Amino acid sequence: MGKVIVVTSGKGGVGKTTAVANIGTALASLDQKVALVDADIGLRNLDVVLGLENRIVYDIVDVVEGRAKLKQALIKDKRFPSLYLLPAAQTRDKEAVSPEDMIGLCNKLREEFDFIIIDSPAGIERGFKNAVTPADMAIIVTTPEVSAVRDADRVIGLLEAMEKEDSKLIVNRVRSKLVDRGDMLSVDDVLEILSIELIGVIPEDEHIIISTNRGEPLVNNNTAPAGKSFMDIARRILGEDVPMNIYTDKDDLFTKFRRLFKWR
Amino acid sequence: MSVIIDAIKRLFTHEGGSKEIAKERLKLVLIHDRTSISSEIMEQIKEEIIQVISKHLEIDKDGVEFSLEGEENSVALVANIPIKGLRRHKKKS
Ligand SMILES: Nc1ncnc2c1ncn2[C@@H]1O[C@H](COP(=O)(O)OP(=O)(O)OP(=O)(O)O)[C@@H](O)[C@H]1O
Ligand SMILES: [Mg+2]
Repeated sequence: MGKVIVVTSGKGGVGKTTAVANIGTALASLDQKVALVDADIGLRNLDVVLGLENRIVYDIVDVVEGRAKLKQALIKDKRFPSLYLLPAAQTRDKEAVSPEDMIGLCNKLREEFDFIIIDSPAGIERGFKNAVTPADMAIIVTTPEVSAVRDADRVIGLLEAMEKEDSKLIVNRVRSKLVDRGDMLSVDDVLEILSIELIGVIPEDEHIIISTNRGEPLVNNNTAPAGKSFMDIARRILGEDVPMNIYTDKDDLFTKFRRLFKWR
Repeated sequence: MSVIIDAIKRLFTHEGGSKEIAKERLKLVLIHDRTSISSEIMEQIKEEIIQVISKHLEIDKDGVEFSLEGEENSVALVANIPIKGLRRHKKKS
């Protein structure tokens, strides 16, 4: 029986879709059978981040409304043979799917897959309820900023009220240099405020922007700090005890030189 | 070496330290968010307290202020109730 994980945040644009794509591919490259479910109906993104946008025939609403079988709607990723995507509908709204539909859908997916990862929309309304209801575990994504942490706190409270006991935190877009000079909340600050267990720290990393442009997830890229961080998270999900490491880009000589003379 | 350069840089710029401000602001806003008292309930508490106090004191009802304030791990409901004068108790004859 597979495990259902929801990735959610409250605040928009903090990196949920990026996290789903990269944790999903990392788990698949560790020989797990993974289904990624885009629950952001009306604003689908996960297909594009994965580079699968041209292969969509049916979507989640087609499945829920009986126009397509689940197997027909699942897109197989050719680069990772055990990775599949169930795309969101682009032209419908979130009311087209109910939390009960999501439970039914996930129960079917559990029979076939080791992990089902749901990409939640921002907000705390219907789309959030749809995404969270079927989940066994929640991963909350935040950035080290006041508004994102505040919204994460709200979401953690809502998850508690829904009796979702297993919630873990990703702190994304950490910039060590800003943290070091006291201009960004550190991971410890965020943890102290939210009192929740940490599952990973992702540095700000331009490789993410490049990989999103290309539609290729990062896991195969051993030089990308964010890629290594997502791989660590995947291992932790599999129960491995991986030390918490904040990876940084090794500065090349030119960058070092430039920084020496740049008095910002 | 780079430590020294960083220190010199800080002398000439105003960077650094904004995270403490962020942390304080966050703690305060979360105290409000986590105390799930709705504005209706707050209004009601306010009305009832005004009623009770007006029995004994003449107060400036428009000047009444209620707020939630927090320090570290505790929250307090703070009321500021301006008093106009003590009401004279008239003896019923
Ligand atoms: N660690 C990172 N380093 C650099 N860029 C990042 C990082 N994480 C996310 N981004 C960028 O931030 C943007 C938002 O990311 P993403 O779409 O994953 O957020 P989201 O939470 O899914 O947003 P939404 O709430 O709109 O669904 C993207 O352009 C992504 O490339
Ligand atoms: Mg998204």
